Formats: sequence, structure tokens, C-alpha cells
Amino acid sequence: MPWLRQHGIAVVAFFLATAVAADEFGDPAAGEKVFRKCRACHQVGEGAKHRIGPHLNGLFGRAAASHEGFRYSKALARVGDSGLEWHADTLDDFLENPRSLASGTRMSFPGLKKEKDRLDLIAYLRQFSDDPADIPEADPTASPVDHDLDPAILALEGDPEYGEYLSSECKTCHQASGGDDGIPSIVFWPEEDFVIAMHAYKNKKRPHPVMQMLAGRLNTEEIAALAAYFATLEE
Amino acid sequence: MSFNRRAFLGTSVALTATLAAPMVRGQGKPRVVVVGGGAGGATAARYLAKDSKGAIDVTLIEPTRRYYTCFFSNLYLGGFKQMEDLGHSYGGLAASGVNVVHDWAVGVDRDAKTVSLAGGGSLPYDKLILSPGIDFVEGAVEGWDLSAQNAMPHAYKAGSQTELLKAQLMAMPQGGTFAMVAPPNPYRCPPGPYERVSMVAHFLKQNNPTAKIIVADPKPKFSKMALFQEGWADHYEGMVDWIGEDFGGGNVSVDPGAMTVTIDGEVTKVDVANVIPAMKAGRIADMAGVTDGNWAPVNAADMSTKADPDVYVLGDASSQGDMPKSGFSANSQAKVCANAVRGALTGSKVFPAKFSNTCWSLIATNDGVKVGATYEATPEKIAKVDGFISQTGESSDLRKATYEESEGWYTGITSDMLG
Repeated sequence: MPWLRQHGIAVVAFFLATAVAADEFGDPAAGEKVFRKCRACHQVGEGAKHRIGPHLNGLFGRAAASHEGFRYSKALARVGDSGLEWHADTLDDFLENPRSLASGTRMSFPGLKKEKDRLDLIAYLRQFSDDPADIPEADPTASPVDHDLDPAILALEGDPEYGEYLSSECKTCHQASGGDDGIPSIVFWPEEDFVIAMHAYKNKKRPHPVMQMLAGRLNTEEIAALAAYFATLEE
Repeated sequence: MSFNRRAFLGTSVALTATLAAPMVRGQGKPRVVVVGGGAGGATAARYLAKDSKGAIDVTLIEPTRRYYTCFFSNLYLGGFKQMEDLGHSYGGLAASGVNVVHDWAVGVDRDAKTVSLAGGGSLPYDKLILSPGIDFVEGAVEGWDLSAQNAMPHAYKAGSQTELLKAQLMAMPQGGTFAMVAPPNPYRCPPGPYERVSMVAHFLKQNNPTAKIIVADPKPKFSKMALFQEGWADHYEGMVDWIGEDFGGGNVSVDPGAMTVTIDGEVTKVDVANVIPAMKAGRIADMAGVTDGNWAPVNAADMSTKADPDVYVLGDASSQGDMPKSGFSANSQAKVCANAVRGALTGSKVFPAKFSNTCWSLIATNDGVKVGATYEATPEKIAKVDGFISQTGESSDLRKATYEESEGWYTGITSDMLG
């Protein structure tokens, strides 16, 4: 990233941070609890990686949808191209209702309606937005998904061609474009996360009757095939 | 989905070629003709064109230029959707390589393997997929025939009939009577009449709260009955009078001229009468000679008809076993069929049949319920594997989430069908 742009953004971020009055700033410790709602898809802190959603280190001052190597929805890429940057105010709007800023975002999250939750979460995320060298003091982030799946199941390589056929059953409800209204997006998930989620439905740990029923009759090869297909789906 | 010039030209040229040389076979690409652009036919056409990547010529015959979904049309009656929300173009299908022909299929010659069109000419096929939906059984409701459908609309094929019923509902006098004659099994969309009762009640509660709804039903029970009856009691107390088989609900005649409905000998003057007669497969299935009685029996593994291995019937028109007649079912069957037809014509891999269905219904604002099941192919029929249904007494949050889910499904299935 060019020197000037980097510093320009840092300056903008500084002014925005100071523009938010001290008593309006949230409590990072409370924000860490709010972040539990995000952890199924996002990692933050040392070693954070892209999962279903992009990692959230260095979020403040960054243009929306600007991580190389993460496949964003067209909708979020568009607002990023149009100049949306992540600051306290834009994050507050986005977190209240993700679709208000990007109507076709794949972020399957209804939003945080309580202002305090948003302020606390933003304060928490702010801690990971300094120079990356400052991050090590943060506690290690918990694994985003708890599971006890047999590693052999996770290691299975799925057949994407079979996955494509099986996926036609998913696409009656889940849009291939990744659009999300009322039914979550399932495209571009890391295969491991997909497999874990489907087995959680199959074992009736995740509570949705339609998904429990559909996952219930898929065997481990079929789940691996679906994961392989959806991970590589072309837009 | 853009409708680009190249796709349009490709469509026209391919169609012209097809019409110009109707009897040439055994050379060039295999040809599939699909009749009916609803949840079954549109899905089958789109998947065949998309998955064969141009290796199969796919032609869809559909008379209407704009498709109005029957699913969600009750929500238009209730005021939750506009008519335009239910309308979709066939441009996306054309752009994905399907030859979309807006005409009526008026005959099938199974020996010559051709479909004739009302506009003249005929289309040859290697495989024919019929997805014509429903027609009504003549004489099913005494006093009613299609010539009475303006006085007493069925509104069971979405579009002008639905708009007519809504107009009549809006014109009802205060304290007036809305009557529904419900159909006998089997019929399209099992919860449909009862979702409609809910939506009419919702409209009347806001605009005409002293009005009454009478339902004459030839059945002793119906889909999601406990859920609907709980909802009617909670939201529309005293408004809905459901007369089932036990109380003479099957003994019905109507007089469209006098606007009366006679239930078990008792004559009632009504302001709106929604007559939903007994149903049968859309007429082209009968003309093709693949029906047995009212419906077309099919093999569960690939939806081919028992009468002809090269003719397939999808959705409402088929007699397949345990699946309800719904848009979701037709969409599910279409994918199994498309996979099998593509395999037969191009040698692509054919995977085992899996079917599923979910039917959502809206009872009142943010009060959604659902029922669904998975199915498999057996030698005898499509057989139910597993199922679920919403429970009475669920929280309002869950009911709201169920309704929102149904809206997501609507977007999902319409883009899955039409691109």
C-alpha cells in the first residue's frame, strides 16, 4: 500500500476516532462478549484468518471489501469501490443492518439493534486496528466453531460434480448468487466450515427442522461433495 | 440477468432452423421440448441448457409472456404483495440458452415425436417434458363451469383471476359474505385454500370487520389444519365458518347468476364466491395420451411416464406417489428429470434421485408456518422418507422467522427456475 494512502487513512481514522465523544465510546470487554455472535464467521486477533467472513484485523480506515484473497459479494465489492471505508460511524450503520449499506451482502446477520452493543463491539474491534505489531498483547481468539467431528470426515475430498447435482436441492432456497434475504448465503464457505455445519444439522445439534431433515439423509461423502462444490462455485 | 443481443439472435436462429426442418432426425444435437414454463418446466429447461453447456437443444413452449407465480398469490389477496412482485419474465431463460417459444402446444404425435403449435408448425423432440400444471374437472361443482369464472372466480391459476378475486373482495359490502368452495384431494398446493382463507380474513378484518367467510369443504380434514384453526381463532375470531365433509361440505351447488351457494340443502346469498373445483392434469398431458384418469402416472426414478419412456411429466400434472402438488415439488422433480434426460442424451453421469418439498403458509402478519418432507424413488412411487411440521403454540419470533424464510425461499426458487 502506498505510503501516502496509508497515512492519509490513518489521519482520517484519527479524526473520526476523536470525533466520537469519550462517553459515547463503548466498553471493549463488553464488546468481546458481543463478538461471540460474529465468531461463527469472523476471526480477529493474532493469527486471525479468513473463514466464512474475512478476518477483522486492521479494520478501521480500510476500504470495504478490500482484502485481497477474500471473495466478497458483488454488493459489498461495489460499495467498497464506491468509496465506503470502515470507521466508527460506517461500522455503526452496517452493524445495525448490514443490508442497509450493501443490500446483497452475503453476511447472513440480521444486525445489532441495541446501540450499546454496537458501540461496545466497535470498541472491541478497534483494539485490533492498530499497527499489526501491537496485536500480540491480545488474548488468543477462541476457535470459531466448536466441534468433535472425526478428522477423517474433515479430511474427505468431495467430488464437485456430484456436489453440483446435490446442490440443486439447496438452490431451491439458497441463492446461487449468494444473495441473502430470509435464508442465509452458503456460497464460498471454507470447506471445513461447511462440513462442520452440515454434520451439526445431521446430528441435530443445530436447530432447524428443514436443515436437520435435509442434512440427515446426506452421507459423509455427499456432504464433502457439497462443500467442495460450494467452495468453488463461480459467480 | 441481462437479455443480450447475441443470446436473442441465437435463440431466433435456432428456432427458425428447428421449424424449417421438422422431420430431420438422427443428426445434430439431441432435442428436448418442454411444455409449460412454471416451476417444473422452467426449472427443467434451465438446468438442461445450463448443465449440457449447449450440447442439447432445449425449447420451452409457454403461451404467456410474463409468468405470475401461483405461490405467494394469496399474499397479494391479503395485501402483503403487489401483483408486480409475483411477475417474472422469461428473458433470463432465453439468455441462458433456452429457445423460449410463446405459443400453445396443441398436440403431441408420439410416433412421429413432434409437438404441434397453435401458431402452426411443429417441433420435433428426442425427449418431451410436459409440465402443464392443472385444469379443472368439468361438472365437479354443480352449477359452475369455466363460463362462470368471472362471476365466481377460481383464482387458482395466478394472474387475471387473482386480480379479479381481489377486486371482488374489495367491492364487498360491509358485513357481506365471502364463500369458498374447496377442492377434493388431490389438488395443487394442499394448504393453498386455507392460506387464502387466512389472507381474505386478514383483508376483511382491516377493511370489513363484520364480514363473514364460509368454506364448503368436501374433505374431513386438510393440510396444517390445527395450525390454521389455531390461527383463525387467534387472529380472526368468529369470522371463519369451515364446513367439512361431516357437516355436508361436500354437498354443494352454486348459481352464478343469482350469486347463491347451496351447502347441504341450505341456500346462502353471497357477495363473493371463490369456487375451486376438482383438478386434473393440464390438457396437453391428456392429448399426449399419457394420463390414466385425471393424472399422468410416472416412474419415480426419472419422472418418465408409464406410457412412454421418452415423455416425462412434472409437477401438478403427474401422479408420482407421496409428494404434494406444489411449486417446490415440481422444481425438485425437474432437477431429477433434467439430470436423467441429460444422461440419456449425452451420456453424462446420472445421480440417484432425491426429492424434497417445503410449503410455507402465511396466517397473519409475521405469522408463518411450514410443512415439509424428503422423498426417495422406489420402484413403485416417490416415497416419503422424513418430514416435519410447525407446531401449534410456537413463539411469535419463530413464526416471524418462518415467514422471513418463506420470502427468502421465494427469491431462491424464482431465480433457480428462471435464472
